[in-house]
Amino acid sequence: MKLQIASQLAIFAILELAAAPEKQLSVVEISERFGVSPHHLAKVMHTLGRASFVRAVRGVGGGYQFSGNARRMTLLDIVQLFEDIADRGGRDGLGEGTKAGQALGQVLDEIDDIARATLGSITVATMLSLVRRQQDSAVPLSDEVAANA
Amino acid sequence: MMETSSAEGAAGTRSSGILVRRACARDLQDVIALDEAVTGLAKPEYWRDAFERYGERRLQERFFLVAVVGEAAEGERIVGFTIGEIRAWEFGSEPCGWVFALSVLSGTRLRGVGTVLFEALADEFVRAGVNTLRTMVARDNFLHMTFFRSEGMMAGPYLQLEKRLDQP
Repeated sequence: MKLQIASQLAIFAILELAAAPEKQLSVVEISERFGVSPHHLAKVMHTLGRASFVRAVRGVGGGYQFSGNARRMTLLDIVQLFEDIADRGGRDGLGEGTKAGQALGQVLDEIDDIARATLGSITVATMLSLVRRQQDSAVPLSDEVAANA
Repeated sequence: MMETSSAEGAAGTRSSGILVRRACARDLQDVIALDEAVTGLAKPEYWRDAFERYGERRLQERFFLVAVVGEAAEGERIVGFTIGEIRAWEFGSEPCGWVFALSVLSGTRLRGVGTVLFEALADEFVRAGVNTLRTMVARDNFLHMTFFRSEGMMAGPYLQLEKRLDQP
C-alpha cells in the first residue's frame, strides 16, 4: 500500500509537532527535517490548519503548533484530508456490471476495509510510541556509517 | 509504577490504586454485572462456564484476572477483568498468549484500568514462558482496536478467514 505524498507529509508534520505540542515549528524547519520541498509542505500545512489539526502562530519565531488530541486523532483522520482511502484505483468502471467486475470489487473492498481499519485504529499517540521504539532499536548513525565503510 | 508480585496469589499486582488479582468465585456476580453494563446483554451461564474453565483449571496457563479498586475490608469494587490462555500449535503457531476478553467499566475508562490489566496478563504470559501475545478484534470496533494498538500490538502473521455457510 502506498499513500500519496501529501498524506505522508501531513503525517510526518503532525508527528513532529505532536511530539512537542508546546513548541512551534516553521514550514522550513519541518521540510528540512524530512528533506522535502517547503512549497509543497506549505500547502499541506494549510490543509491541516483548515481542519484545526494544527494552529498557525504568527509573529517572530512563528510557525505551526499541534492543536489536536493525540490520543484521539488517527492516521485515517489525517489521510482522509488528502485522499479517499476507499478509492485506491483499479475501479475505473472497467468490468462494471459484470460478474468478474463484481468479484474483483469484492476483493478490493476487503483490502480497503483492512487499510481503513489499520489507519483508523492507530492514533497519533500510538504512532509517537512507535517512533520512539524505532529510535530505541535504531543503530546509531555513526555505527551504521562505520559498518558500511 | 507497578508493584509486582504473582497475580496467582491473593496479593496480586497493584498499580495506581488498582489491584489486579486472580478472579475468585465471589467476583462472578460483579463480572456478570460489569459485562452486562458494557454489552447490554446478561450472560450469566457463559461467565460461570468461563470462570470454571479459566479461573479454576490449569491455572499455570489460564488467567482470569480482575481489576479492583478499594480495600477488601471497606468493600472493593471490580472495575475490569481480562481472560487469557496460553495455546500452542493450533494453526501451526508456537505457544503464545491469547487475550480472549478485556473489559473495563464505562465510568472508569481512561484511567489506565485496561492498561494495568493488559500489562498484568502480559506479565503472567512472560512468567509462563511465552513472549508473544495475540488477540482478535472486530475490524469495525475502533474502540477495542485503538486500545490494543496503543498497547503496542500490530498485525500478526495470521489472517482470520471465514465463510458464510447459509449462502451459496
